[in-house]
Amino acid sequence: MPIQILMMGFSVFAIARTIRQFRKGTLPTNWLMVWVFFWIGVSIVVLLPQTTDLLARLTGVGRGVDVIVYGAIPALFYLVFRLYVKMEKIEREITVLVRKNALEKFKE
Amino acid sequence: MKVVALVPAYNEEKTIGNVIDRVRPFVEKILVVNDGSTDETERTAFAHGAVVLSHSINRGLGAAIGTGCSAARKLNADIVVTLDADGQHDPEEISKFLAAIEQGADVVIGSRMLTRQGMPWFRQMANQLGNIVTFLLFGAWVTDSQSGFRAFTSHALSKIDIRTNRMEVSSEIIAETKRHGLKLIEIPIRAIYTRYSLSKGQNFFVGLKTLFKLIVRRFT
Repeated sequence: MPIQILMMGFSVFAIARTIRQFRKGTLPTNWLMVWVFFWIGVSIVVLLPQTTDLLARLTGVGRGVDVIVYGAIPALFYLVFRLYVKMEKIEREITVLVRKNALEKFKE
Repeated sequence: MKVVALVPAYNEEKTIGNVIDRVRPFVEKILVVNDGSTDETERTAFAHGAVVLSHSINRGLGAAIGTGCSAARKLNADIVVTLDADGQHDPEEISKFLAAIEQGADVVIGSRMLTRQGMPWFRQMANQLGNIVTFLLFGAWVTDSQSGFRAFTSHALSKIDIRTNRMEVSSEIIAETKRHGLKLIEIPIRAIYTRYSLSKGQNFFVGLKTLFKLIVRRFT
């Protein structure tokens, strides 16, 4: 099925890019592991959709794919919120720097 | 009592000179925090004899007030009066703030809603919304939470922790005042609305962003 080819292709691309970033040193080891496992998991589910049936049985949801979607959406909201909090922290740090600079010139 | 005026300013070259001149008789020093202005605000403020601190990039009202308070501490100010750089506030009313502090206030807020004269209805509505949000999030009810005309004792300044950068600082100051059990008095002030000053301040979308940031501030 085309979607399987597309998703597989994207997973391969994602893993390759992740490994490249790790080699460059911009990605810590633990994140490499997490991300690679994630994309391998995506590949398995894409190639063998039956795996999601196990999830469906465990959670009592009709289709396995639905379970994945029900889990992914709250996870995404959470991640976005954490990103926002991190950004606010960075904004505060920038202000601290700009303030320090302004006050130094003030002393003169 | 050393009284210092704190005027945060972002691109207010047209009005800052006038504001400084009119504030001068009432305070010992005027501190202008130039928040990364791209016009002649800094030079104009210097020319009118204010002490000027400059942010190299625009950080927002909260950041400017924070910087101003740090500077005021260095100047050993006993009382700090904040007011807007766009001419919305009447410096002659500064004496009312000082009187309120003499009555024992740690923080004084000038409220436009106590008289409401000349305040456009949409601003009144937006203001009430801001008041409600401030109350719901921080448990403090004031009649003009977004007012820029305020006064603080040095004691209050030492306690108030300003962490927000932009317009949400107005609500944050009230929240901090409540948190530290500081005495807050509201006094009525005139709001001078010219076409210029009406173009400044928060609009609906800025208000929404402010609301969101306040929610994050409340829970982090």
